[in-house]
Amino acid sequence: MMSVAGAIATPHGYLQAQARWRPIEIVCWLATLLPYWLFPDYLSLASQIAITALFALSLDLILGYAGIVSLGHAAFFGLGAYTAGLAAKHGWGEPISGLLLGGIVAGIVGYAASWIISRFRHLALIMITLGMGLLLEAAANSAGWLTGGADGLQGVKMWPIFNAFSFDLFGKVAYTYSLIVLFILFLVARQIINSPFGLSLRGIRENSVRMPALGAPSRAHIRKIYTISAVIAGIAGALLAQTTETVSLESLGFQRSADVVVILILGGAGRLYGGLIGAIIFMVARDQFSGNTPQFWYFWIGMLLIAVVMFLPNGILGGLARLTATWKAKFSREAAS
Amino acid sequence: MIGPVIGVLFDGFAYGMLLFLLSVGLSVTLGMMNFVNLAHCAFAMLGGYVTVTLMNRFGWPFLATLPIAFLAAAFVSIFFERTLYRRLYRASELDQVLLTIGLAFVSVACAAYVYGTVQQPVQMPSYLRGSISLFGLNLGVYRLFLVGTALLVTLLLVLALEYTRFGAQVRASVDNQRMARGLGINVDAAFAITFALGSGLAGLGGSLAIEIVGLDPTFAFTYLIFVLIVVSVGGLGSIGGSFAAAALIGISDVAGKYYVPHLGAFLIYLVMIVLLMWRPAGLFGKR
Repeated sequence: MMSVAGAIATPHGYLQAQARWRPIEIVCWLATLLPYWLFPDYLSLASQIAITALFALSLDLILGYAGIVSLGHAAFFGLGAYTAGLAAKHGWGEPISGLLLGGIVAGIVGYAASWIISRFRHLALIMITLGMGLLLEAAANSAGWLTGGADGLQGVKMWPIFNAFSFDLFGKVAYTYSLIVLFILFLVARQIINSPFGLSLRGIRENSVRMPALGAPSRAHIRKIYTISAVIAGIAGALLAQTTETVSLESLGFQRSADVVVILILGGAGRLYGGLIGAIIFMVARDQFSGNTPQFWYFWIGMLLIAVVMFLPNGILGGLARLTATWKAKFSREAAS
Repeated sequence: MIGPVIGVLFDGFAYGMLLFLLSVGLSVTLGMMNFVNLAHCAFAMLGGYVTVTLMNRFGWPFLATLPIAFLAAAFVSIFFERTLYRRLYRASELDQVLLTIGLAFVSVACAAYVYGTVQQPVQMPSYLRGSISLFGLNLGVYRLFLVGTALLVTLLLVLALEYTRFGAQVRASVDNQRMARGLGINVDAAFAITFALGSGLAGLGGSLAIEIVGLDPTFAFTYLIFVLIVVSVGGLGSIGGSFAAAALIGISDVAGKYYVPHLGAFLIYLVMIVLLMWRPAGLFGKR
């Protein structure tokens, strides 16, 4: 680590070094193509994983990088889902524009909410995000004429993507579609994180009082990243609505907000791949274990959470990074002696 | 005309008193150690299940189960405080939230495993059932009992905190932990006892809640939200604040469900957000 830090003299050099693609990243993204051949029966699950990973990525931007704890992030996911679902139900089933529409609506609400969010920290912030999530859920439940209430939104009919690829039963198109959207938005998030703006977000996370003294407007930055995060969460929700052709109240419930926090913490918050790894592990485990007894699934999730907080404070990726750092140190010591 | 309004007010107040019993412990813990304990209602649920088990399996009378529910919740909470919570006193809110949500998840799964996901039936003793007429109003006996219990608990708590040596130590620790330590107060012990007391009260609240709201494994999360609302609106560490907030929330919830049923819980969340935006530290909060 020392030699790397010593070789980079300028801030831009540092950012460029951070932004360089590592071989392992390329391998990881190539591995996302494996399900086509290895698990052709599980492509619907793979598509759900990609959507969840995208949602976790949006939370990572605010929780992992800017340090804004949110227990109501599913609000934006649900907004995007209902927007895309309602558009398709009322005669506009074009997927790409539906996706953008979901993102825009979530972004507008997110921008409005960000004026509140950026003023608070600590417990008040947790309570306000929780309250806003619950508020929206209660509103969607009462507005049954629009959302279908507890029965969910039925009758969502999607058109084929580009008028050529229609959603099939096996989820092949759904997975491809979700994966491409995930990859594009991942590139966007990567660009944001490896920019001076991304760096100042991490500064806000570490000390939001000192950042303004350095000339970085904390609140304006928080508003910006919160809006971006809401847009991405909305797009993830829209993806879910389009690929499953239904929207349920659960898509903006507290459970989903809690799940995505668990996923991100499990994978490792403040790391670009944290949400992705967490989503894969969480969703595959849930698919395997929750079959006939969904309530016991939460026993293991609870145990996992306790274990992660107690023993793996930076999630799985943080633990791996520490492990490789120890190995490297050992290796270089042996090489030197 | 005025009768139904007072009836709704009374029901709301009784419901608020239930929320007060459930939340006062959390308020003190949060105010004292800044520990965000989202497993608080899991202790309340434990109290509820203790009462159900003692009554249905061993035939205990309802009133006799209440102290046992209190003690069970208090002892279990002490165990977790010593083994898990104390390691996170200096950690970030996020870590505390995650650990305690994890505990709550585990408790929900355990309750579902042992008791199933159905509502637990309890048969109240005859002297707590029915209603009596007072000044031309029909008041439920159980709700009167609830209000009486809550007022008694408040009185005992206020007396204990204002007029005993232990209370003075607790108040000193809430106001300024470092100074209290400097004066030789054993802040950790004071906190552990207060924590057990608060969880015990939650257990008591859980037992008393069965008759009003029922008991099933989701209790730990359904009422957590109401408890958090009461605590954050009332202000951390303030018993009077919790009392006022619980009464306010209870009355507006019952009144909202009675007069504008289609809005559901919407009103409560709105009240909370507006109050928190107006005063982030709560109505009676110091910070």
